[in-house]
Amino acid sequence: MAKKPIGTPMRRTDAVSKASGAEKYLSDMHFDGMLYARMVRSGIPRGIITDISLPPLPDGYRFITYKDIPAGGNNELVMIKKDYRCFAEQDVRYVGETIGLLVGPDRSVLVDLLEKISISYEEQVPAVTIDEGLACKGGAFVGENNLFCDFTIHKGDIDSVLADAHRIFEDEITTGWQEHVHLETNAALVMPDGDKFVVYASAQCPFYVRKSIAGLLNRPYEDIVVRQTTTGGAFGGKEHFPDVLAGPLLVAANVIKKPIQLVFDRHEDGAYSVKRHPSRTRFKTALDEQGNILGMDIDVVYNAGGYESCSYVVLQRGVFHATGVYNIPASRVRGRAVATNTFPSDAFRGFGAPQTLFAVETHLCHIAAALGVDPLALKSKYFLRQGDPTVTNGHVFEKVVLPEMLDQVLQASGYEQKVAEYKRGSGKGIGISFYNHGGAFTGNGEQMIIKAKARLHKRADGCVEILVGSTEMGQGLQTAFTKIVADTLGIGEDKVLYPNPDTANVADSGPTVASRSTMIVGKILEGAALEMKERWNESEDFFTEDEYKHPEGHPWDQNTFQGDAYIAYGWGICAVEVEVDPLTHEVVTKGIWSSHDIGVPIDELVVHGQINGGIIQSLGYAAMEKLDFHPKKGFKQVGLSDYIIPTSMDFPSQGASLVHNPYPYGPSGAKGMGELVFNGASAAFIDAVSRAVDKDIRAIPIPPETLTELMA
Amino acid sequence: MTRDIQFVLNGKEVAITCDPLKRLLDVLRDDFGLFGTKEACGEGECGACSVLKDSKIITTCMVPMGSVQGCEIMTIEGLRETARGTCIIEAFADGGAVQCGFCIPGMVIAAESLLASNPDPSEEDIRLGISGNLCRCTGYDLIVESIRLAAKRGKGLW
Repeated sequence: MAKKPIGTPMRRTDAVSKASGAEKYLSDMHFDGMLYARMVRSGIPRGIITDISLPPLPDGYRFITYKDIPAGGNNELVMIKKDYRCFAEQDVRYVGETIGLLVGPDRSVLVDLLEKISISYEEQVPAVTIDEGLACKGGAFVGENNLFCDFTIHKGDIDSVLADAHRIFEDEITTGWQEHVHLETNAALVMPDGDKFVVYASAQCPFYVRKSIAGLLNRPYEDIVVRQTTTGGAFGGKEHFPDVLAGPLLVAANVIKKPIQLVFDRHEDGAYSVKRHPSRTRFKTALDEQGNILGMDIDVVYNAGGYESCSYVVLQRGVFHATGVYNIPASRVRGRAVATNTFPSDAFRGFGAPQTLFAVETHLCHIAAALGVDPLALKSKYFLRQGDPTVTNGHVFEKVVLPEMLDQVLQASGYEQKVAEYKRGSGKGIGISFYNHGGAFTGNGEQMIIKAKARLHKRADGCVEILVGSTEMGQGLQTAFTKIVADTLGIGEDKVLYPNPDTANVADSGPTVASRSTMIVGKILEGAALEMKERWNESEDFFTEDEYKHPEGHPWDQNTFQGDAYIAYGWGICAVEVEVDPLTHEVVTKGIWSSHDIGVPIDELVVHGQINGGIIQSLGYAAMEKLDFHPKKGFKQVGLSDYIIPTSMDFPSQGASLVHNPYPYGPSGAKGMGELVFNGASAAFIDAVSRAVDKDIRAIPIPPETLTELMA
Repeated sequence: MTRDIQFVLNGKEVAITCDPLKRLLDVLRDDFGLFGTKEACGEGECGACSVLKDSKIITTCMVPMGSVQGCEIMTIEGLRETARGTCIIEAFADGGAVQCGFCIPGMVIAAESLLASNPDPSEEDIRLGISGNLCRCTGYDLIVESIRLAAKRGKGLW
């Protein structure tokens, strides 16, 4: 019997335990003597704390602050830079910054006490928007200019291209905050365990948590054991942010010597957790007399909030995706991440790429409209092909199959016929977008920074355990890894076990981010499984371990950002059809069609679910997920009754295609895909709406009330 | 102020003395250890805490214990022991409806509630039937298809 292709769907390893309600998430855990915590946070965006007035605390209740950090410990969370404080000391940078932790046995008593804590401040003038941050409103609070980072990449000589251009087309595109809305809110639990501490966390990256918080107690990493709990969604929101819970909890557990649980309620999670970076992208695009694009001068600014966290890395990815799937002859892209007195922006599915991809797609639509050509006709002239130079003067190594994918989408959507039928401004429109996503860490990050390892354990009972730090957060990784290992070893999937990682006994396979896990860690697991297969009869019980090997011939300079920013990209095309109500400007989406190149799917059903979910999240980003900011009070939409995410009624079922384009360095030919599927639908939606109402749209989100204002 | 409240929980008569304003959600989780009922929004918007009350779907974060007196409550822990519950759970597993899973027990309850009143629902019926339950992972398509699969496989159960 022929071996079935790896992509043939298997039942997800976690499906039944989750659907039957048996799976335990962090808030379902309880330990004897466990206490609960509530965060005490800054109520103002910028100022100096002058007084903290506490009510009398009953027996068994404690208020923990930076003063409880023991001698030798540092009041910092070590994310990428050491700029993120665990507890505010004198000054506060944003509404919601952690000041202390109130700990005690009864949750309702904690709520009462929390209301009676009064904090006085000497208030300062906050900078909230990108413009205010750049203008250093109220005085710079990061360096001399509020910039966490500022860098520029060049391809060709853009100045002379601009000087010689027939026409320069200027544009400005902005995007708003987006909240992750993982259905499980942020949650962590820390308990002393002998002379060590155990941290349970709903988290993507257990090793990040350990690295981030060990210094609070001046302990070696090994003294902090992190156990990931089944994670109810993350989308980047649980990459670094779990540190912000686990750090104060660790300090508290060190003082109180009991297990302490902290679970955010939805309003806390909405108001006081990280978000997607708002962005502003400006273009000066040089055109010749025939309307050909000669070059693009692009200025990207991301609103990073009060601390840098991973904004520099997010911005890099944004900059490296700023010319989209196109071979633009000359370009200059400047990127800046500006500090503002808002909650820190952080990782969110796409990690900086969605903002610039939305910007370049929308900008090209504006050029097409000005030239009187269909956006598809303009965009398809510049599709990157194998061997083409990239925006960082590297090369596209893989075969780019955008034309084949385009055929699929055109056929499924009836794009050409609908474009002919729906006149601009007719209330009906179809839009199309093109996007990619560089798989894994940027540049030589996998080789120089992450250095991932993966371990397998063959047990005497014939089962094989996967021992890696990579986490299941809903995306299907447990299933994907199980299949890769079972397929390589030639054993049943039921013989492969992949428990939630515990840093004490798994290999550090790197963070579960950057669409890297299947492509990078999956490949390392394949290597460990091949070795195990060869040695299978050698012993009943043994381990194999393998590590990341960087493919040869991909130069990268991390100082100049020149070379191959990514070795392989996922590619996508999405078409969206809409109808706009002429009076209310409510937008009804009539159809969604996509095609993706993810190499080879490890599980077609898991991939299908990722495509559906990523596209709906992206449509929510463009259509409805409005997150306003009050300069003194912070985010205005903090619950699910006012921050609106898509329901089952908002979008129709999708048509989704894949192309087969194996990637030689991925397990069974797979590339990354979790973020790719977020990167493009928002632009297709806005293209469709723009055509339906015959109006350029330069900012998202655009709920009906905003569209009405635009049309007025 | 506390009150004695009797109700039927997953087929068994139970009693609790508590504040009649205490949320049913907290009683299920904290007093009865039924953790399959999840809290995700606390304001009746997301449906993660759905159970059946006298066979009708409710969000337990909005239901005070005082209104549970004499009622029949079925949670995911009860539903999973029935043929209907098993059918829905198996269909969700086979149809790819489950990703992070946090909304899914509530979705299973919503599916049961829908199928009980409409054993052969159209796609539109299903989308309406689960519209009180938010999911951030799936984009709903595979949940919709899985409910259709459950209806097909479970003919005669509803």
